[in-house]
Amino acid sequence: MSFEWPWQYNFPPFFTLQPNVDTRQKQLAAWCSLALSYCRHHKLYTLDVMEAQESPMFNNKKIERKLSMEAIQVVFEELRKKGNLEWLDKNKSRCLVMWRRPEEWGKLIYQWVSKTGMVNSVFTLYELSNGDETEGEEFHGLEDWMLLRSLQALQTEGKAELFTMDDGKGVKFF
Amino acid sequence: MDRFSWSNGLLEINETLVIQQRGVRLYDGDDKAKMDLGVALLSTHRLIWRDIKNHECCIAMPLSQIIYFEEQAAGIGKSAKIVIHLHQVPANKEPGPYQYSKYSYIKLSFKEHGQIEFYRRLTEEMTKKRWKNTPVSQPIPTGTGSQAGKTRAVGIVGIERKIEEKRKETDKNISEAFEDLSKLMVKAKEMVELSRSIANKIKDKQGDITEDETIRFKAYLLSMGIANPVTRETHGSGTHYHMQLAKQLGDMLQAPLELLSPEDLVNACKMFESLKLPLRLRVFDSGVMVVQLQSHSEEEMIASALDNVSEKGSLTAEEFAKLLGLSVLLSKERLLLAEKMGHLCRDDSVEGLRFYPNLF
Repeated sequence: MSFEWPWQYNFPPFFTLQPNVDTRQKQLAAWCSLALSYCRHHKLYTLDVMEAQESPMFNNKKIERKLSMEAIQVVFEELRKKGNLEWLDKNKSRCLVMWRRPEEWGKLIYQWVSKTGMVNSVFTLYELSNGDETEGEEFHGLEDWMLLRSLQALQTEGKAELFTMDDGKGVKFF
Repeated sequence: MDRFSWSNGLLEINETLVIQQRGVRLYDGDDKAKMDLGVALLSTHRLIWRDIKNHECCIAMPLSQIIYFEEQAAGIGKSAKIVIHLHQVPANKEPGPYQYSKYSYIKLSFKEHGQIEFYRRLTEEMTKKRWKNTPVSQPIPTGTGSQAGKTRAVGIVGIERKIEEKRKETDKNISEAFEDLSKLMVKAKEMVELSRSIANKIKDKQGDITEDETIRFKAYLLSMGIANPVTRETHGSGTHYHMQLAKQLGDMLQAPLELLSPEDLVNACKMFESLKLPLRLRVFDSGVMVVQLQSHSEEEMIASALDNVSEKGSLTAEEFAKLLGLSVLLSKERLLLAEKMGHLCRDDSVEGLRFYPNLF
């Protein structure tokens, strides 16, 4: 299924950082939403900022408009404040994109665990993300770093406990 | 408008085109004529107007119909115009677009500028009255001389005459340009004499400086834009000079004939409200100052800006200026204001700065 662009994507002013504060707020909200949907659709978990500027996400070749580097940084800062983005380096050249926050993933995983009656069972991380049983679930294929954070979130809520085994990490659900 | 006759727009054998200008709307007296925008053409013999969209619609009037004409400067939201007062309808006039008109003047409204040049050329043609000499080149009577000699004389004399005319024109332009300067020099001379006299009196401790001299001196200082140093009056309390100036400006935005310093102009404008004049000095965020009619409310300007932009999809400051017949500076300020109010948003790219309706 191809990605559905929001109407703003074909509106040239969308690609100019608006000076009017109220207008800018709405503009940024739309950009955050677009960035997260795009990453979700293409299952992107990390972004390189330079590459992102050239990708269709920020560069609409049809109307010959693209977001400036300055504007992209503003959008990313908004995402960071909302908890959807984390910088991997001090130079802000690469970042993790959490189109779903760890807490949200944790909730999904726990739902599946309780639905399948697996509470009090133990899983390896690999089983959760790549096991046959989780095939078809949204969190199937989740990258390790994200899975770990999601489980850590559950751990904080007291719904799971992480532990280390010989060949990797495991988790028990309560 | 009942002085015009239908025309095919073609020039006669001896008729030459002098100037043409697009974007002209006709007025029957003070009322807009029933035609749309067109091209106004001035020839040596006639004033012609042709509809821009429908070329079949073409009307003309002989220049001899014109009694006199005057300029009407552009205003806010109004294009510059030329008002042309006309003789009575001649009995043998060919039919035209209007059978009858209660007015004996028309107006040409220049929506796409060009009024100044058109007016200048019209003045020239009405002075030269070339339509009276039907042949193209009038042989100058040289009295004696052979046929060949006569033709040659025409050529040379014609060229000489042109050179002489040009020289006179240049002279006139230069002397006009220096008129203001000579007025200033006269004033400066008076002031120099006065200050010399005062300086001498101070030096020689020769009697008191008369009150009259003091007043004259202060007046000169003021006219140069120097606020009165003795009494330290500021524009806030309003000097008499500024008040007078404000009143004059209020009348018809006509400044006195002397050169006016910018500070004086601004100070006078700041007094409009207190003097209950229907003009206001308005300062934009960028610092640009304009004088506008009090009736020009912000809401009206913004609403009309939004309408214009919505209609066209998007507009640059230049396009907007052209549309409304405003200066680019003023039209940009208006667009920025509408953006500030949240009605417009901007698209800033290599193609330039464009404004769109705020769809966010």
